[in-house]
Amino acid sequence: MPVNSLSDGRKAWQRRNRVQTFSQWAMWLIGTAVFVYCWQHISDATTWFFVWDAPKIADDILTRAMPPRWSYIDQLWDPIWDTLNIATLGTMIALALAVPVAFLAARNTTPSALLIRPIALLIIVATRSINSLIWALLLIAIIGPGVFAGIIAIAIRSIGFCAKLLYEAIEEIDATQVEAITATGASRWQVMAYGIVPQILPSFAGTAVFRWDINIRESTVLGLVGAGGIGLQLSSSLNTLAWPQVSLILLIILVAVIVSEWVSAKVRGAII
Amino acid sequence: MSDELAAVLGKRWRRPPLIRRRWLRWALGVGFLVYFIAAVSSVEVNWSRVYEGLDRGAAFILAFATPDFASRATDIWEGMLESLVMTVAASVVGIAISIPIGLGAARNIAPLPVYLVCRFIVAISRALQEIIVAILLVAIFGFGPLAGFLTLSFATIGFLSKLLAEDIEAMDRSQAEAIKASGARWLQWINYGVQPQVMPRLIGLSMYRVDINFRESAILGLVGAGGIGATLNTAFDRYEYDTAAAILIIIIVIVMALEYLSGIIRARVQ
Repeated sequence: MPVNSLSDGRKAWQRRNRVQTFSQWAMWLIGTAVFVYCWQHISDATTWFFVWDAPKIADDILTRAMPPRWSYIDQLWDPIWDTLNIATLGTMIALALAVPVAFLAARNTTPSALLIRPIALLIIVATRSINSLIWALLLIAIIGPGVFAGIIAIAIRSIGFCAKLLYEAIEEIDATQVEAITATGASRWQVMAYGIVPQILPSFAGTAVFRWDINIRESTVLGLVGAGGIGLQLSSSLNTLAWPQVSLILLIILVAVIVSEWVSAKVRGAII
Repeated sequence: MSDELAAVLGKRWRRPPLIRRRWLRWALGVGFLVYFIAAVSSVEVNWSRVYEGLDRGAAFILAFATPDFASRATDIWEGMLESLVMTVAASVVGIAISIPIGLGAARNIAPLPVYLVCRFIVAISRALQEIIVAILLVAIFGFGPLAGFLTLSFATIGFLSKLLAEDIEAMDRSQAEAIKASGARWLQWINYGVQPQVMPRLIGLSMYRVDINFRESAILGLVGAGGIGATLNTAFDRYEYDTAAAILIIIIVIVMALEYLSGIIRARVQ
């Protein structure tokens, strides 16, 4: 236990010994230096005149945006429907693709831990680390703007997430059940269907709903790069500085996010 | 039990369904099918355009084999540096702010008014996506990394405060009680009774958030909030797939490195 000698010879407890104290101090010093450097960089790239003006601008935008233009909602039903479709169909395609990837990536079901598992893990990392907006940007260049590009973008982005959660669930299954099915003389596919799938089905359903919730959020902004949905209206309203429309769209997005989170929480609560 | 057994005996075993109630199962199935048909029929796909695009898709995939790091090296370097700088600064500030808010949002240590205010901040921050916050902040503060930095800090607060508060609510009360019984002041109580219990998870979550912040910083450039996104967008617009592939590869490598680093750190603190 680290102790410190007081001036009158008594000993007092302290939290760290000398080496720990110094290394702690050095870490704080390095951390602070890095942060100051970063802040300097940001500060140099900022036009501070605009920042000092910010409260006035914010106030100006707010007064322009209020009240929302409620009549504009007539033109929003179609984009809302598109947004819902992008999220739902994208999630379904992602799940269809994520299941095989998950089985290939899980240590206990992969056919080859040396060759196939790293490939499956690479797919998971690569699709997960790139944001759906970037995928949308890429797909628009390839297959043209529209809802279809959005669906595929959401699907690709979600593969990694779903496959990661699924393969972790597969690795955590109870091996004795699988063994029991194997002992009855079941084939490889029967073991899969009766030993593994029933164990991961709840986590599969949970993952699906969870990802659907996230995808609703993401699909609302995909239109900013031209991939369909309500983001398209948001982007055109922003470009024409139609702030009352912007505020209405933001309100709708907020409601959509809250509703989808509520639905996903309810469904997951019912499953688990 | 015997009734149940008698009912089951002599019948072929069937797998129990995921949803027990029959009407709910059917209603969900039929409802989903109707929705699915309606959704698929409303999606317009221009297949000839897709077919034309396949060449470009192939070109892009091939570009991953020959990424071009060199011809736009300075743009890529500056964009990446800006992304990393935004990530670090926003993570530091976001974590620093989310600790008091997380303390306030934990029902077992905060009084009700503080709790409600903090939960409200968390809810607002979680409901607004990064990119929308970034659009608004760019409109207010002008183009540049400051808007991106503020966006990421704001998003970090919602994420980290919520999880920290949940962790504090789930902590062991007796340890905190023991510290309190020794006559500790409020700050000492937090520092010695609460903080050691939540620290490992806080560090893990912070590392995870750094990872997310970096990934998000890559897209903030699309709306003018600084970072690599602007360079990436330009590369796509000019069909310079080899440069775009180079940027994506760098992003993936940095994300993987961050995940690896956070794995090491989490293993050390737990």
